[in-house]
Amino acid sequence: MVELSELQAKFGSELAESSFRDNRRIDVPAAKLFEILSSLKNDYGFNSLIDMTAVDYLEYEGAADRFGVVYMLLDIFSGERLIIRTAVNLPDPKLPSVYSLWRGCDWLEREIFDMFGIVFEGHPDLRRILMPEEFAAFPLRKDYPLKGRGERHNFPVITRSGS
Amino acid sequence: MAVGLPENVFMTRLDAAASWARSNSLWPMPFATACCGIELMATAASRHDLARFGAEVMRFSPRQCDLLIVAGRVVMKMLPVLQRIWLQMPEPKWCISMGACACSGGVFDTYAVVQGVDRFIPVDMYVPGCPPRPEQLIAAIMDMQAKVRRTGTVNGTEFMARDTPMGPEPFESEERYRIQDANLVQLGGFSAAMTAAGLKRGAANHG
Repeated sequence: MVELSELQAKFGSELAESSFRDNRRIDVPAAKLFEILSSLKNDYGFNSLIDMTAVDYLEYEGAADRFGVVYMLLDIFSGERLIIRTAVNLPDPKLPSVYSLWRGCDWLEREIFDMFGIVFEGHPDLRRILMPEEFAAFPLRKDYPLKGRGERHNFPVITRSGS
Repeated sequence: MAVGLPENVFMTRLDAAASWARSNSLWPMPFATACCGIELMATAASRHDLARFGAEVMRFSPRQCDLLIVAGRVVMKMLPVLQRIWLQMPEPKWCISMGACACSGGVFDTYAVVQGVDRFIPVDMYVPGCPPRPEQLIAAIMDMQAKVRRTGTVNGTEFMARDTPMGPEPFESEERYRIQDANLVQLGGFSAAMTAAGLKRGAANHG
């Protein structure tokens, strides 16, 4: 089991641990994210990236940062799980891609980019994955209206005589 | 004028004969994107047996179909596909919008879901329900047959009269306000006048 004190000794004391229903979470600074994830994979055996997602903390009570990006790791031999969370902010939300560590992050990073506009540097093919290519907004951001900005009406109308 | 017809010969109009033949061989194009598609399959399967109405030949090429059944929600990424399929179908052709989502967007009033396919393609028949029972779809197909027999012409001239979009306006006033607020732009003099008239503005999303 990976100890927080061990990680703090390696990567600095700003790492913080919390837990919710037996899920251990460690908050890490974005600048050291890749280094820490790389160490967790190579030194601590977290060989599987289970899931990766993002949270928009706009208007969230007590939140200091705009976005949180969450990595859920699993050691498939010991069954140990760990959640790593980091923060990014506007106007230039950017994180290093973990494609070189876990290939499975490919579409997950594309989805986060599509929905939140967070750019993953070093990703081999960072395109939109769910929304159409010409879509101009990031729909899971909290300041994007639920019903959109009229994109869903932006199509030609075909009449019966014209088809 | 009394004309003696031999046995097994009868007189009719060409329009009526063509419409009779067409109405009894409606070949559906199943555009099934959601749970309505399951009901559509059930309709075609043995218990409800769409073959009784001559409509059992589901063709997965629009080139061979004359009845488009839109079963399920259509998102903005799928709508160009739907429109292309509609344009690829040969004349004469008809369209059934099956289920709440295809008719109006249903509960999916979100940025990506088209609020009714009739805004963008012509629709002949609407089937309510979420999802509709196979009986409802059969009723719609029987109504469709009746409509074909009633209005059909041999060369399809009845379609020429339908030259205006039949769906609702693209924006309701509330949505127009919301889009304007979200985009922080003025849409002509429309919104100022409506605000002065004391109408409620789009509730949320002033962020």
